[in-house]
Amino acid sequence: MNALELRVAAVDPISPLVTRFRFEHPEGATLPPFSGGAHVVVEMPDDGILRRNAYSLISDPLDGRAYEIAVRREDTGRGGSRFMHHRVKAGDMLRVTRPINLFSLDLRARKHVLIGGGIGITPFLAQLAQLTRLQAPFELHYAARTRSEAAGLSLLPDMPQVHVHISDEGNRMDLGAILGHQPLGTHVYTCGPEGLIAAVDDTAARLGWPRGALHSEAFLAPPPGTPFAVTLASGRRIEVGPHESLLEALEAAEVPVDWSCRGGACGRCETRVAACHGRIEHNDHWLTDDEKAAQTKIMPCVSRFAGETLTLDL
Amino acid sequence: MTISFNDETFRDDYTFHNSPAAIRRFPFPFDQDSYMYSVNLEPHAGGREGTPFQKRFDVDEHYVAEMKDRAITLADDPLRCQSLPHMELAGWDFLELVMTSKAEDYPDLFTLNRDGDRWHWINRPLGIEQRFTFLDPTTLPCGPLEYITRQTQGDHALLDQRDDNLWMEAGMITSQADWSLDFDIGMNFYEWHAPVPRAHELGVFQRALKFLLALQQGAPSRRLNWTMTVNPRLDTSPENYHKWGPEKRTITPENVGSKQHLRVELQTLWRLPRSNAIAFPIRCYLLSLEDIVSQPKWGRRLHRVLRDLPDELAEYKGFAVNRPMIVDYLSRFDDGAPTSPGIFPD
Ligand code: FES
Repeated sequence: MNALELRVAAVDPISPLVTRFRFEHPEGATLPPFSGGAHVVVEMPDDGILRRNAYSLISDPLDGRAYEIAVRREDTGRGGSRFMHHRVKAGDMLRVTRPINLFSLDLRARKHVLIGGGIGITPFLAQLAQLTRLQAPFELHYAARTRSEAAGLSLLPDMPQVHVHISDEGNRMDLGAILGHQPLGTHVYTCGPEGLIAAVDDTAARLGWPRGALHSEAFLAPPPGTPFAVTLASGRRIEVGPHESLLEALEAAEVPVDWSCRGGACGRCETRVAACHGRIEHNDHWLTDDEKAAQTKIMPCVSRFAGETLTLDL
Repeated sequence: MTISFNDETFRDDYTFHNSPAAIRRFPFPFDQDSYMYSVNLEPHAGGREGTPFQKRFDVDEHYVAEMKDRAITLADDPLRCQSLPHMELAGWDFLELVMTSKAEDYPDLFTLNRDGDRWHWINRPLGIEQRFTFLDPTTLPCGPLEYITRQTQGDHALLDQRDDNLWMEAGMITSQADWSLDFDIGMNFYEWHAPVPRAHELGVFQRALKFLLALQQGAPSRRLNWTMTVNPRLDTSPENYHKWGPEKRTITPENVGSKQHLRVELQTLWRLPRSNAIAFPIRCYLLSLEDIVSQPKWGRRLHRVLRDLPDELAEYKGFAVNRPMIVDYLSRFDDGAPTSPGIFPD
């Protein structure tokens, strides 16, 4: 994988749940530039398991001195965010992939409207810097139920284009009002929980927005689940633990699988299923509903399995 | 190694020629005795010393003459270089990629000094020295894409990525094998590939597009493609078909060796970091049949490939009318011996 060996230059807690990490080149070299919305995959050597988690870059894309990410601690997750919070210290060296962008700005837009919820604010932070530099018109809306749930609040810059909506304080985000009177040629980007993305899609559809002007990224971490096993074409059996993804289990067994987002969005890890007696829990955004129903393909980065046997074409 | 640049033309009197060294480094595209359209992408991460695969942007003895030919084509038809407004950032991305690569790979020919956004570029073969401000188009004589591609061999398309597709929305296209930027601009991947026979039924495009959408910065890819051209002409555009089309009929058994050229495209693909667009440089290499058969392995193999090619491919690649004469010429250099694997000469 196309990775850089970087030094953790700073670890800053910015809320009880969110910590910011800053990475620099150990010799002070400039890091490759990136575009707003890009993520990197951080490799975490966690007691014999090599975890790899994707995080959006939140620093200025044009500032080659450092990459910054914000990590929200998920106490019930697979352990990557706990590793980052508890084990990573300034001065550590970590492997970080080059930036990959699956949530790029559409530069044809006359105006950009960014709508985020929860930790889904992160890809917008670099986009804010990029839009400011490009002098493109934009507005950003950040929504949360309570101020304490608004994990990304302290990451947001104080700019007139930035609007915060806290429903418990009586200023619930009104999507109809936000999307209702935007100039022609506006594009809207949504990042956060599925419900928020669906609400933006519905409102935009009701208001007659063209489909091509809507962009979204669901923040998807591989969910933990019950353990299961897969069989490879060679007959080899691989066990997948409750806090491990199928991709991680394959990697631990040194079975090569291609990947890039590790979040069910890019399609790179698509694997053919040779036989399936049971139910694949498709958690990805890549396969179509028909493909999911056919159970002949699986995305090992996020999907799991329950049943008797699952044989992969690997 | 300092390159000595040929004084040559790609039109009218056609003084284009390859030195013995250029013949041996020609990117011969056939690694076996038969050919089928395929994706055949591999990482563009260096290659054998002295070959066109070694450097990120190959510079060879034709550099100066090719840039002169491009200037003539552009003077006649400025639409050969176009960029939709949202592709300007991608143009800067590409300028940065070419300048940094060339300055590192050919320090004796190109120099780039950067002081923040204040850049100083020196191109010795073309006698250019330019100070400018990165991302400020008013400090260059033309847009960033045009500026750098007037100094870079090959055609260059910039592809925007959105809606799980790629859109050709900027480019400098003056040495193309019969397609037109002015016609294709704004089209998506499936639209501009529509004329390629057989590839759809093989699912080639779907696989290729999927691969390209996941292309990562810092990890460029490459492939070779080929066609045939009568006379060493770079500008075989549909706009100028009236100039080069009739030349196809000038082939005779006596001149086929010197007039008929194999035209090879070294295509590379780069994810551009600031715009997330994809750059698609298409570098064209020309070699006459006469020069090809000077490498016995290539002469034998090209004979077998062209003899056995399906008719529709010969048609698509534009040499069906001359195929019998070409195959007949090449057959004289095929003694039936086996050929060694790989593309390089023995
Ligand atoms: S790695 Fe991207 S979908 Fe699995």
